[in-house]
Amino acid sequence: MSILVIAEHDNEELKVATLNTITAAKEIGTEIDLLIAGFSCETVADQACSIPDIRKVIVSDSESYKNFLAENIGLLVSEIGKDYSHILAAATSNGKNFMPRVAALLDVSQISEIISVLSEDTFERPIYAGNCIATVKSSDPIKVITVRTTGFDDCEDQGGSATKENLDEDSNLGISSFVSEELAKSDRPELTSADIVISGGRGMQNGENFRLLEGIADKLGAAIGASRAAVDSGFVPNDMQVGQTGKIVAPNLYIAVGISGAIQHLAGMKDSKVIVAINKDGDAPIFQVADYGLVADLFDALPELEAKL
Amino acid sequence: MKVLVPIKRVVDYNVKVRAKSDETGPDLANVKMAINPFCEIAVEEAIRLKEAGTAQEIIAVSIGTTACQEQLRTALALGADRAILVETELEVEPLGVAKLLKSVAEKEQPDLIILGKQAIDDDSNQTGQMLASLLSYPQGTFASEIKIGEGKISVTREVDGGLQTVSLNLPAVVTTDLRLNEPRYASLPNIMKAKKKPLDTLTPEELGVDASPRTEILKVSPPPERAAGVIVESVDELIDKLKNEAKVIT
Repeated sequence: MSILVIAEHDNEELKVATLNTITAAKEIGTEIDLLIAGFSCETVADQACSIPDIRKVIVSDSESYKNFLAENIGLLVSEIGKDYSHILAAATSNGKNFMPRVAALLDVSQISEIISVLSEDTFERPIYAGNCIATVKSSDPIKVITVRTTGFDDCEDQGGSATKENLDEDSNLGISSFVSEELAKSDRPELTSADIVISGGRGMQNGENFRLLEGIADKLGAAIGASRAAVDSGFVPNDMQVGQTGKIVAPNLYIAVGISGAIQHLAGMKDSKVIVAINKDGDAPIFQVADYGLVADLFDALPELEAKL
Repeated sequence: MKVLVPIKRVVDYNVKVRAKSDETGPDLANVKMAINPFCEIAVEEAIRLKEAGTAQEIIAVSIGTTACQEQLRTALALGADRAILVETELEVEPLGVAKLLKSVAEKEQPDLIILGKQAIDDDSNQTGQMLASLLSYPQGTFASEIKIGEGKISVTREVDGGLQTVSLNLPAVVTTDLRLNEPRYASLPNIMKAKKKPLDTLTPEELGVDASPRTEILKVSPPPERAAGVIVESVDELIDKLKNEAKVIT
């Protein structure tokens, strides 16, 4: 039994999601290889070599993988992965994009967004927006798995000395190309790995009012999120969306402001350690999952909270 | 161009599904069923392509029991031209669905396949990518905008840090995200007309596809319950609790 983990990175640095995925891999077995597919990603490969308990770091460095196009990465991973019993990647927008292509090329099912490992072939994963947890057993010879990063702690990333193997393989299907990217620039922590998240919902009334969250986020070192309702209403961009079909977060502290608590939002945050809800409607369903509820008008409560923190 | 729109019948998104008490599966007795919300967005996008004169024919396809005809009729009422039901009693996994859709696509030869990025029942987020892979087509997943060009399609995608635009050779597979469009409602006259539109039925056997599952669901259980919380009276009390009781801020 051997496990191939596909690293999440941006050609410059390794992302924490990789470390969560390695933790999941360690619960399955001990022979773990890490694949870095990218372009001019030597620094990422070096970082990866210092992760403890990795057998080898396989580096596939080619312009074909620069923008992580699913067509090319999927083909590469299916070629390398056929010698492994398990292939794991984080359930990021990138992992979700290429992993099903890998599974289809290997003619195996994919097990999406596992939250725990019960044995080498049995896993738990949420279904119906997390309202049910399914225990699933795979009969496929190769298990293709995406890992919900909030389900696993990040592993150590220092002290290891894995060997590096450079691959001279270039999988380019030539049917897709990268055009452009608009990535939000922010000094705040990343939503999915922040210790504290403060999110606004429809109750914020408009995008301008999200400034009320910014002051608090700055004081707490928090990331800012939003409900689907706030995104649908055009207050904020979709990459801030927390929910079943947005980002899944599980910080130490989650503060939901002006969010009613629709099923699909709860699916994205209810595994947070401590949940605070601030809403003027005392009957809002968000209070059913909150550890601390404050029934108040957010336009009064937020400035007071910012001042007193 | 010809557009194929696969749709899935799922539990209505407003229903809070619970596990059965014997943990053999989700309790779906007498719950309201609907088209998966992301599939509705896919149907809408296809209709807009037709209204813009870019698409000439829209074919809706679904895989499942006879009951899926209901959702296919809805797609027809919204504006699809004809529908195909691949009828099976099996719980088909995304891989099986992708194989069946591949077979339908090979018969129909669409220029574009648009489908939802994820079904809100099993939350797998796999079918579009698997279908694209099996057909050796490029894919534009989590689309928030599409533009058709000469032999190509430009797809703007919702990715973790923002937006990414890719250019794909046609034929291609696109999976929809929330902001692609706002689906319309079917009008009563169109619902009546939809009853006369063609709806063909095929079987996995006729398509020569083995769609048997590879994964066994051992049990379906409720998620861990959160302990009941408290209502605080003031911002001061909230800060005090967070500092001294929960110890999550300093």
